[in-house]
Amino acid sequence: MWQFFHKLGSPKWFFGIANRFMPWLLAGGLILLVAGLVWGLAFAPKDYLQGNSYRIIFIHVPSAFLAQSIYIMMASAAVVTLVWRMKLADVFVKSVAPVGLMFTFLALFTGAVWGKPTWGTWWVWDARLTSMLILLFLYGGVIALDRSINDEKSAARAVAVLVLVGVVNIPIIKYSVNWWNTLHQPATFKLTEKPAMAMEMWVPLLLSVLGLYLLFGWLACLRMKTEILVRERRTRWVKDLVLAGRK
Amino acid sequence: MAFDSFSAFLTMEGHGPYVWTCYAVFVILLAGTVFWSAKRHQATYRMCKRSYEQQNPKGQTAPKAAATFTRVEISQD
Amino acid sequence: MHPIRKKRLTILIFLVAGLAVAVGLTTYALRQNINLFYDPTEIAAGNAPVDVRIRAGGMVEEGSVKRDPESLSVRFRVTNFTDSVPVEYVGILPDLFAEGQGVVAMGRLNNDGLFVADQVLAKHDENYMPPEVADALEKSSKGQHKPPYADKTAESQAY
Repeated sequence: MWQFFHKLGSPKWFFGIANRFMPWLLAGGLILLVAGLVWGLAFAPKDYLQGNSYRIIFIHVPSAFLAQSIYIMMASAAVVTLVWRMKLADVFVKSVAPVGLMFTFLALFTGAVWGKPTWGTWWVWDARLTSMLILLFLYGGVIALDRSINDEKSAARAVAVLVLVGVVNIPIIKYSVNWWNTLHQPATFKLTEKPAMAMEMWVPLLLSVLGLYLLFGWLACLRMKTEILVRERRTRWVKDLVLAGRK
Repeated sequence: MAFDSFSAFLTMEGHGPYVWTCYAVFVILLAGTVFWSAKRHQATYRMCKRSYEQQNPKGQTAPKAAATFTRVEISQD
Repeated sequence: MHPIRKKRLTILIFLVAGLAVAVGLTTYALRQNINLFYDPTEIAAGNAPVDVRIRAGGMVEEGSVKRDPESLSVRFRVTNFTDSVPVEYVGILPDLFAEGQGVVAMGRLNNDGLFVADQVLAKHDENYMPPEVADALEKSSKGQHKPPYADKTAESQAY
């Protein structure tokens, strides 16, 4: 088991695996996402209370899911960086942090635009919205910290510690709507319970969530490959790979 | 289809601007990230290739060894 | 696992656990500030400060909305099915504002116990359904004299 784990840390091995999976991730992600969004926008029935403005849920919820999941994945990678000193874990953190920042921004932005017609305000300082804003700053902090340290190893450790410190924010985001009085409603899309949503609305939402996860997988592989090329450009295997014309 | 006409689909009973703004920003940001990441990968790849080719001038991809021990396959009959 | 790695992992677990406890205690101490609004029970019990800008949240009581025909002034009661608070508001209400719907009102509580709001936000729950389903639900629950989800609402603080 440990042997497999260490093999997982080899950038060369990762390159091969990524190349094999990437076409499937991209194709699957695009198909599911487009299907989910078109279904949600044009075919799902309108909501009895909010009318058509609720259709923003088909991008708001997947973005918010990704924003939090990416952070949890980064935190797991940070543990691997600090305990096992595995290079690939650090490559992952650095490659996906900007993607996480983008999804957090999207969740906040679509939430604000949705809040205007339904709640009557763009923004309110309730626990859910504020903790999500903190997540945005955490992503920004991780990216800034990484850029400000030149030495690769020190940057990796500093970033990993910051990511781990920030992970306490994740349960706060998730349970904020249950622990405190907030304007934001509790979760609609739950994997463990029967969804609080009609099936013909829930299925397109599920499709877009899955599609966006696959698309993120593709994006993560691509960005990690770029980072590996930069870091390992002096090694023999990268040279052979590039001269052989394999991307 | 949840809408009677295409114009109803665009206006969404007054919620059109909100819904379409969100979808537009979502698509632009996602496509932008994908495009930018792919472009950066290409650029990095090309930069590596150029630097390797500078190390080994064109025509000889690997430096010639002083002596080779290659097994030569010659027909024995 | 290598002993050095085991040690590093233990340190990390303690770091994150300690941090979680610290943040947990801080948020627990500040819970009154983290709560976006006071619920009607707290206001009725006198826990909410008078003449300070606060928020009050709850359901708009059925049959309590009285609109002034000459102005935008409106009066209603906000309830959590245990206690209720009278609210006065002048202005345009959000689209989702209706009897039986959740609201968060921002304003001041005056000495007579009237909440004078200068902003009213609509709060909705996590349930989404097509209009036909909502109609059917309402019809079936009419017999029991109970709005849809009222039982669930009364149970949870967050409605």
